[in-house]
Amino acid sequence: MPLDFIARAMVAGVGIALVSGPLGSIMVWRRMANFGDALAHSTLLGLCFALLLNIHVYIGLVSICIVVASFLALFSRRQHLANDTILCMLAYTTLALGLILATVLPGIRVDLLGYLYGDILAVNPQDLIWIYSVDAIVLLTLCKIWRSVLSMTVHEDLAKVEGVSVARIQWILIVLMAIVFAVAMKLIGILLITALLIIPASTARQIAKTPEQMAIIASLVGAISVCLGIGISSHWDWPAGPAIVVVNMGMFILSTIFARVAAKSIA
Amino acid sequence: MVLTEVDLTVHRGEIVTLIGPNGAGKSTLVKVVLGLVRPSAGKVSLQAGIRMGYMPQGLLVEPFMPMSVKRFLQLAGNTNKKELQKVVAELMIEHLQSSPIQAISGGELQRVLLARALLCKPDLLVLDEPVQGVDVTGQQELYKLIMHIRDTHDCGILMVSHDLHLVMAGTDSVICLNKHVCCSGHPATVRLHPEFLSLFGGEPERLALYEHKHNHKHDLGGGVCR
Repeated sequence: MPLDFIARAMVAGVGIALVSGPLGSIMVWRRMANFGDALAHSTLLGLCFALLLNIHVYIGLVSICIVVASFLALFSRRQHLANDTILCMLAYTTLALGLILATVLPGIRVDLLGYLYGDILAVNPQDLIWIYSVDAIVLLTLCKIWRSVLSMTVHEDLAKVEGVSVARIQWILIVLMAIVFAVAMKLIGILLITALLIIPASTARQIAKTPEQMAIIASLVGAISVCLGIGISSHWDWPAGPAIVVVNMGMFILSTIFARVAAKSIA
Repeated sequence: MVLTEVDLTVHRGEIVTLIGPNGAGKSTLVKVVLGLVRPSAGKVSLQAGIRMGYMPQGLLVEPFMPMSVKRFLQLAGNTNKKELQKVVAELMIEHLQSSPIQAISGGELQRVLLARALLCKPDLLVLDEPVQGVDVTGQQELYKLIMHIRDTHDCGILMVSHDLHLVMAGTDSVICLNKHVCCSGHPATVRLHPEFLSLFGGEPERLALYEHKHNHKHDLGGGVCR
C-alpha cells in the first residue's frame, strides 16, 4: 500500500531531524548558526548553476557550499573584518547572484517561492531514498569524527597535541552540512532550514547533561516537532515549513520553563 | 621574530621551568615544542614516537556545551575505565567527575587539566602556567602533585611559570627567557646570574608577608559567625 502524502512528509521530516540533532548541536557548540545561514543563502546560486550546467541539483548545492566555505577561510585570514561580517557579505552576494541568474538566464525557471519556503508535502519516494542515504552517510561519518569534534570544540590546541587534525575535521563538517542542506532544501526551504538545526539543539541543551544526550534529544525533539508541525499544517491548512519552525520554538519555550521548574525543585 | 637563540633539552624524570617576563616568548616556545607553531628557522628534534601531554593555560568551555568532568577526561581518547580511575584518584578529583566542567573552581580545573594530560601517558609533559589563578595553598599542593608525577610517571616535565620563587623549590633546571635564553641551569645558579638579577632583581624585597589575625570566622556559606 503506498504511503499517502502526509505520512510520506512525516517520514521525510523525521529523516532530516535524525541528522539535524547531532549536526545542529555541533553548530550550537561551535557558534556556526550564522555560518549555516550563509550556506543556506548561497544555495540558490548552486541550484541555478546546476540547472545551467545540466548537472544534478544536489551536486550543484554541495559544491556551492564548499566554494563559499573556501572563500570564508580565505577572507577570514585577513583580520580587518569579523567573521560574521564576512559571512553576511558572502551570504547576500551569493543570494543576489542566484536571484539574478534565476531571472536572467534563458530556459531556467526556478520556483522561487517553493525554494524559499520549501514544500514538504510534495516529497516523492525518490526523495525519501535520498534523505535516508544521506542520513546513513552523515551519521556514520559523525560517529567516526565525534570525539575529535568534541575535543577541538573544547580546546583546539589541546586537540591538536592529542593528534586531532583540526583543519580536516572542519572541512568534513562543512561538507556534511552542505549535504544535509541540499536534501533538506526541498522540504523546508532556505529561509527556514537553519532553524531546523539550531532550535531543537537549543531545546535539548536545557535538559542534556552530556554532549551525546544533547545530540540524541535534539533529534527526538526535531522529529516530534516535524510530525506535530505537519499535523497542524494539514489540519488548519498552514504552510508546513513555517508550522514546523513555530512548533519547534514552542517546544523550546516549554523546555525552558521545565528547566526552571526542575532547578527550583532541586534548590 | 619573537624568539632567537633558544636551546632546550628536557630529560626524563626532570622538571625544567621556563621563566621570563610577559611577552618573553614562553608560550611561543612551548607551542614550538608541541608542534603547534613551526619555527621559522632551527630544528626541534623529538625522540621518535614520543607522546606528549599538554596542559594549556586556562580552559573555557562554553556554557552551551554540556560537559561533565568525566566526559572531558574521556576526550583524551584510548582510555579505559581503570586507567581513568587511577589518574582521577592520583589527582584527587574523584568527587568532581559528574560535575559540569563549567562549575568547578580554578584549582580543581587545573587538576582536571593535569589529569587529561596524564591520560595521554606522556613521555613529555608540557604545563603552561599550571598554577595560574590558584591561591597560595592550592599552588603548593599543585606543585607537590607535579613533583610526585615526575617521580612516579617517568616523564620529563617542561613547565612555564611567571612565579620565580615557589617554582624553584621543586624544579631541577631553570631557563630564564626573554626573547632569547638569558641564562639557564640549576635554580641556585640561576638565582645568582647577573642577567636574572637584572630581569627580576630586587623583587623579593618589594613583597612582604602580611601577618594578621581574624576576629571572626566564616561558615561554609560565607556568612560571618563569631
